[in-house]
Amino acid sequence: MADFFQDLKDRFILNFVEADRWKYITDGLAVTLKVTVAAVLVGILLGFIVAIIRSTHDMTGKLKPLNFICRIYLTVIRGTPVVVQLLIIYFVIFGSSAVSKTLVAIIAFGINSGAYVAEIVRAGIMSIDKGQFEAGRSLGFNYAQTMVYVIVPQAFKNVLPALCNEFIVLLKETSVSGYIAMQDLTKGADIIRSRTYDAFMPLIAVALIYLAIVCLLEYVFGKLERRLRNSDH
Amino acid sequence: MITDGKEVLIKVENLEKQFSQMEKKALNGVSAEIRQGDVVFVVGPSGSGKSTFLRCLNLLEVPTGGKIFFEGTDITDKSNNINTYRQKMGMVFQQFNLFPHMNIMKNLTIAPMKLQKKSKEEAEAVAMELLSRVGLADRANAYPNQLSGGQKQRIAIVRALCMKPDVMLFDEPTSALDPEMVGEVLNVMRELAQENMTMVVVTHEMAFAREVASRVLFMESGSILEEGSPDEFFGNPKSERLKSFLSKVL
Repeated sequence: MADFFQDLKDRFILNFVEADRWKYITDGLAVTLKVTVAAVLVGILLGFIVAIIRSTHDMTGKLKPLNFICRIYLTVIRGTPVVVQLLIIYFVIFGSSAVSKTLVAIIAFGINSGAYVAEIVRAGIMSIDKGQFEAGRSLGFNYAQTMVYVIVPQAFKNVLPALCNEFIVLLKETSVSGYIAMQDLTKGADIIRSRTYDAFMPLIAVALIYLAIVCLLEYVFGKLERRLRNSDH
Repeated sequence: MITDGKEVLIKVENLEKQFSQMEKKALNGVSAEIRQGDVVFVVGPSGSGKSTFLRCLNLLEVPTGGKIFFEGTDITDKSNNINTYRQKMGMVFQQFNLFPHMNIMKNLTIAPMKLQKKSKEEAEAVAMELLSRVGLADRANAYPNQLSGGQKQRIAIVRALCMKPDVMLFDEPTSALDPEMVGEVLNVMRELAQENMTMVVVTHEMAFAREVASRVLFMESGSILEEGSPDEFFGNPKSERLKSFLSKVL
């Protein structure tokens, strides 16, 4: 038993302490978090815009050209793997120019997430009773004001669990950033593995880190959900 | 048509509404006048177009033909911004449609604050006064789902009144209520009528119509078949259709 623990300790030192290898993990974590947070923001922004265009079209029949563009966006993004999108943006779109890999990752994951957020939010908007919309309009609010004050806050609350899900997926999806040689959390672990020839330690470590972040996300969203529900029963 | 020299608030000319090419017209050339202080009740069988007629008055349904003049302006003319006119036309719905994510005070003050640029204090003072008049001042901080149906509908009436409208439109305001809660809503409406609020009410409450209305319209198949003062309307109906309708509902 003591041997086992001694062995574990040695491997820990080899993988994380020697040559300051823990920095691959912390630096990678920082990159992963940076890309995830920025991509979430891009995704929310894009998603809400697309959702509002799409549901406005569904409800009023207006915005035909914009709705068409949005539908192409959704089809293309949801119809191709995120790794392929990431590679295309890095090697094809930014192919010849020197561009930060972090920026490419943020753009790729943001655009990707936006498509999923858009449909989640649209479902939320369409789930709100038509009477809410009519009540807002009957008071004299215009379409946009009714959306902002009446519909979107209610829709947001309804889609919070689905949004949380999407952000968890996004966080984990960033682990493919290694394809463009970006040193995120997963890539960091992989580099350690290639140096120490020990797969167990670094991979289990990053798995636990992802798990911890997801647990934190679940906790935060759960709290937010409860808070919004408390103000409404 | 009763004309007693009072200012015409809403003038409806030959209103038509067809929801889809497949269906028959929900409104078949309806004309009517609503004057200052009128309490007009619209009654008729289900599917007669009475709710559609009411919902056309503030363009929640966009008519497919005819014109609606509100205070002299043709609101069916697209160059007129309907939102400014809707601010003067309060509407009360069958399903209340309070905003569930806001407390009562927010429900009552959001429109005056955002649309009429009233200060929070001013809007809340008006709301509080109206709330106490309907006996719900103590519920200002509650959320809609904590209220009974009758309370919700009284709040919905107050929400419309907070905009200081020139006319109130009621779309079957008591149809979704438990019987014991109908009275409290009718009381509020009765008081409004006594204060000379101009009202257009679509309802199935015949006794209430007879008591409160200044004029009653009978709609059938998208047209106004008969209209008159409540006494003539209920006491001496002319058309056979209205007679048979009244014999079933009274």
